[in-house]
Amino acid sequence: MKIKSQRDFWSGLMFLVVGGAFAWGAMDYSFGTSARPGPGYFPFGLGIVLAVLGGLVLFKALTLESEGGDPVGDIAWRPLIIIFTAIVIFGLALPRLGLICTLPLTVLLASLAGREFHWRDVLISSTLLTVGSWALFIKGLKLTLPVWPIYFG
Amino acid sequence: MDLLNNLALGFQTALTLQNLAYAFFGTVLGTLIGVLPGLGPVATIAMLLPSIYALDATPALIMLAGIYYGAQYGGSTTAILINVPGESSSVVTAIDGYQMARRGRAGAALAAAGLGSFFAGCVGTIIIAAFAPPLTELAFKFGSAEYFSLMVLGLVGAVVLASGSLLKAIAMIVLGLLLGQINTDVITGTSRFSFDIPELTDGIGFVVIAMGVFGFGEIIANLGQPAEQREVFTKEVKGLWPTREDFKDAWPSVLRGTALGSILGVLPGGGALLASFAAYTLEKKINRNPRVPFGKGAIQGVAGPESANNAGAQTSFIPMLTLGIPPNPVMALMVGAMTIKGIQPGPQVMTSNPELFWGLIASMWIGNLMLIVLNLPLIGIWIKLLTVPYRFLFPAIVVFCCVGTYSLNNNNFDVFLTAGFAVVGYIFYKLGCEPAPLLLGFILGPMMEENLRRALLLARGDWSTFLTRPLSAGLLIAAALMIVVVMLPSIKSKRQEAFQDEA
Repeated sequence: MKIKSQRDFWSGLMFLVVGGAFAWGAMDYSFGTSARPGPGYFPFGLGIVLAVLGGLVLFKALTLESEGGDPVGDIAWRPLIIIFTAIVIFGLALPRLGLICTLPLTVLLASLAGREFHWRDVLISSTLLTVGSWALFIKGLKLTLPVWPIYFG
Repeated sequence: MDLLNNLALGFQTALTLQNLAYAFFGTVLGTLIGVLPGLGPVATIAMLLPSIYALDATPALIMLAGIYYGAQYGGSTTAILINVPGESSSVVTAIDGYQMARRGRAGAALAAAGLGSFFAGCVGTIIIAAFAPPLTELAFKFGSAEYFSLMVLGLVGAVVLASGSLLKAIAMIVLGLLLGQINTDVITGTSRFSFDIPELTDGIGFVVIAMGVFGFGEIIANLGQPAEQREVFTKEVKGLWPTREDFKDAWPSVLRGTALGSILGVLPGGGALLASFAAYTLEKKINRNPRVPFGKGAIQGVAGPESANNAGAQTSFIPMLTLGIPPNPVMALMVGAMTIKGIQPGPQVMTSNPELFWGLIASMWIGNLMLIVLNLPLIGIWIKLLTVPYRFLFPAIVVFCCVGTYSLNNNNFDVFLTAGFAVVGYIFYKLGCEPAPLLLGFILGPMMEENLRRALLLARGDWSTFLTRPLSAGLLIAAALMIVVVMLPSIKSKRQEAFQDEA
């Protein structure tokens, strides 16, 4: 069997698996009756619907011709991994290091994902963004975010 | 005259110094993000949601609304000047607008877009004021079955009018509905799909999904693409005022665009995007022999779609304000903002919060006036912004999104969840799955479930209740008709044609 559309094949598979997983998970909750639907009623039905839709997309991907096989294309691993890491590091660092240290760290990390990287630009960005965020979020909007590292109390 | 009294109340509210300031801030910010490619109103409003905790409901909503229609103005500026639509609804503006700019007529194109949008915005505001009260009356007659059917119609509309594969769009809605099921069941108190993680029992915040998928997902997608060459017509923007011929050519298009946009904006899932595509097609059909051919810089091709997208942006507030049902992701965020401020969206808003309701409407007119001032004389400032390289832009978006998600609950769990959705968003992009229907499904999911279960409970488990109640049946028939119409071969090819440029 040949895959006629790469994108549809993988999205169909995704819908099928996720729908199935939700339906399977919903079996843990009471289904109830139509007259008195329980917490499992709606998610179970939806899960089945999604799995069926996924099956249809998959079927189409295997039968209908598409232009040039509709390839998924190269995955931009570099920005994907770097941006993901930058967000996670932000989440880990903010409660411990505070805004003042976390923001430059995040800007530096995120900038690595770009095509061009210049130390001077990163320095400008992180200074502007840190001061700007402090003024906007802490002074302006009075959000209660940790500003300084906890180690300085 | 109720209408006049209501509008008077609205203007009283909107004209306070504080509300004017927020309307101004919203429109400036909207223009800014409209001008900057790669940052849309959905991500921006999502970023700003945490900040509205500090505001009253009325200024908060006025500001968010300003961002939305401001983005429609700003998006057309980049479409005309650099052939990069800042917003998806400006895609068709780029076709003729950019050609006008290349012929040194950027000023006339910008003026046609700006004045057309202003006219459309004014009409849109009047339409909201006139039609909201009767629609609200109707909404009070709605029971659970009707609400459920209405949401089905809304979701079907969202798919039918979206671009790309119909089947995948429906699947994305269902996926959104399912993600909305990760919560604590309202009726029995059972926590569902939480894997014993306490943060998940409250459900995933829609800001988390919006920022992950729309904010971060787009950044990753943008960075993965090869650098583009931009040609900016900065020096040639002079002679802002259009000629007499321009006016003569453009005003019928403005009228037609406004009418079309106002109607399409009310439809669920439609809003500004569909309106601009439809208006362009209409202008091409009507103007058989334009002074300048379409695609070569016809002013009708700028004036029509631009009026239509602004009118559509205005009237898409109608279903949100009267029924509490968001027709597009931006309105879904507005519903979220109302909920944050403790206002239950729905028909009762007009009576329980009249200042908010009419103040918001009046502020839209004021905002449109501000926009015309912001955009025409100050165009030079916005053009300068276009020269800001993306390498400065995206770290800023990352930082604001991160701070935004953290401050939702002052908790880093949401930040980690957003990181996950960033990856999911990139997968959607790669697989050609539109994320907008997912967000709509996610917002409507819990409401739909509640209404479905309540309707079934009242009907003692009889599913036919949705078809025997006339209003509900009518809505479901409309939804079915929409699907049938889209499946017709002739419409199907037209639809693909209309959305071709967008892909």
